[in-house]
Amino acid sequence: MQQGVSADIRTPEGFLRGSSIIAEIKASRIEFVLSVPDITTSEGLLHPLSQGSAPRLIRVCKEDEGVGICAGLSYTGRRSLLLIQQTGLLDSINAVRGVAVEYALPICMMVGLLEKEPGIPPRQSKRYGVRIVEPILDAMCIAYREIEEEADVAKIRPAIDDAYAQSRPVVLLIGRRPS
Amino acid sequence: MMKRDECLKVLARHVADTDIVLPVYSAAFDWIDIRPHPLNYLSHGAMGLASSHALGLALGRPDRRIIVLDGDGSLLMNLGSLVTIAAAAPPNLFHFVCHNGTYEANGGHPIPNQKVDFSGLARSSGYAHTFDFNELASFEQQVGHVIGLPGPVFATLHVERSRPLTYNYPALYAADKRRALKAELSKR
Repeated sequence: MQQGVSADIRTPEGFLRGSSIIAEIKASRIEFVLSVPDITTSEGLLHPLSQGSAPRLIRVCKEDEGVGICAGLSYTGRRSLLLIQQTGLLDSINAVRGVAVEYALPICMMVGLLEKEPGIPPRQSKRYGVRIVEPILDAMCIAYREIEEEADVAKIRPAIDDAYAQSRPVVLLIGRRPS
Repeated sequence: MMKRDECLKVLARHVADTDIVLPVYSAAFDWIDIRPHPLNYLSHGAMGLASSHALGLALGRPDRRIIVLDGDGSLLMNLGSLVTIAAAAPPNLFHFVCHNGTYEANGGHPIPNQKVDFSGLARSSGYAHTFDFNELASFEQQVGHVIGLPGPVFATLHVERSRPLTYNYPALYAADKRRALKAELSKR
């Protein structure tokens, strides 16, 4: 019976809830979300975040601005998350290099993978712009986690806590559109 | 036209011990001589980002004044930050740009348009107050008022190209300066 109950509440494979991700963001003590809209996370994350008062949403014009804002906040002991698309991550590589890696700051980035095929690992994507993301992060010595299924949401809080504990960046790659 | 170091000396007389100051490139080398202090935030990681770091500080420490000493070439690399700062509207952020028309720290090459109106851009972006200063006497007379206003405040300082400086970046961006800043801020 208990097994049956568990099975009933288990989320099917190929499913990711925006509400679960937002709950983990809050549980990670994130006070500010900086964002440039990303189509992968638009409906499931950015729209709901924009409806609430906490964490405070700051809309930025360009992703590297967000890197700087997160850095300034980190000096004040306030946690933040940069919610962007991988195109913005690629555009911001120099800022990430200088601010997050060379200055060893806890810049936490949640990155929607535009055009990634659900269920296909990013490195195996047919999309060049998706396939290159993890090798670039490896080359920059930046930790990352793939968030593709509901079970992956549990990776978010430890990843953010670790980034702040070790004062280093982390990237959370959102591999499908959260509901 | 004013001399940048003279402007900064005037400004320094109005900067409190608790203020956090973010100077960039040539202004930074002037400033660290004028006001050596652990609350100088010097490491911005990439050209143009000082105003964004400043916004983070302003949001995180609303109890302190945050003063950016930007350059014209630097601000051109991050013009969107004017819009972002104005929208976030931190009352404790004061944004100065030293406009000398050149990438002074990168060989003295001209910026693409000498006549760009930075205060006009800040005004149309939504900064609460904007100013232009061409004369040191005028700046001296008004700067106390300017950094006493509710922000975000923007001021263009029209300055000459400065004398040749020694750009000792390893010293400017040294890790011990970042540690000192963090330690000072953790004292509350």
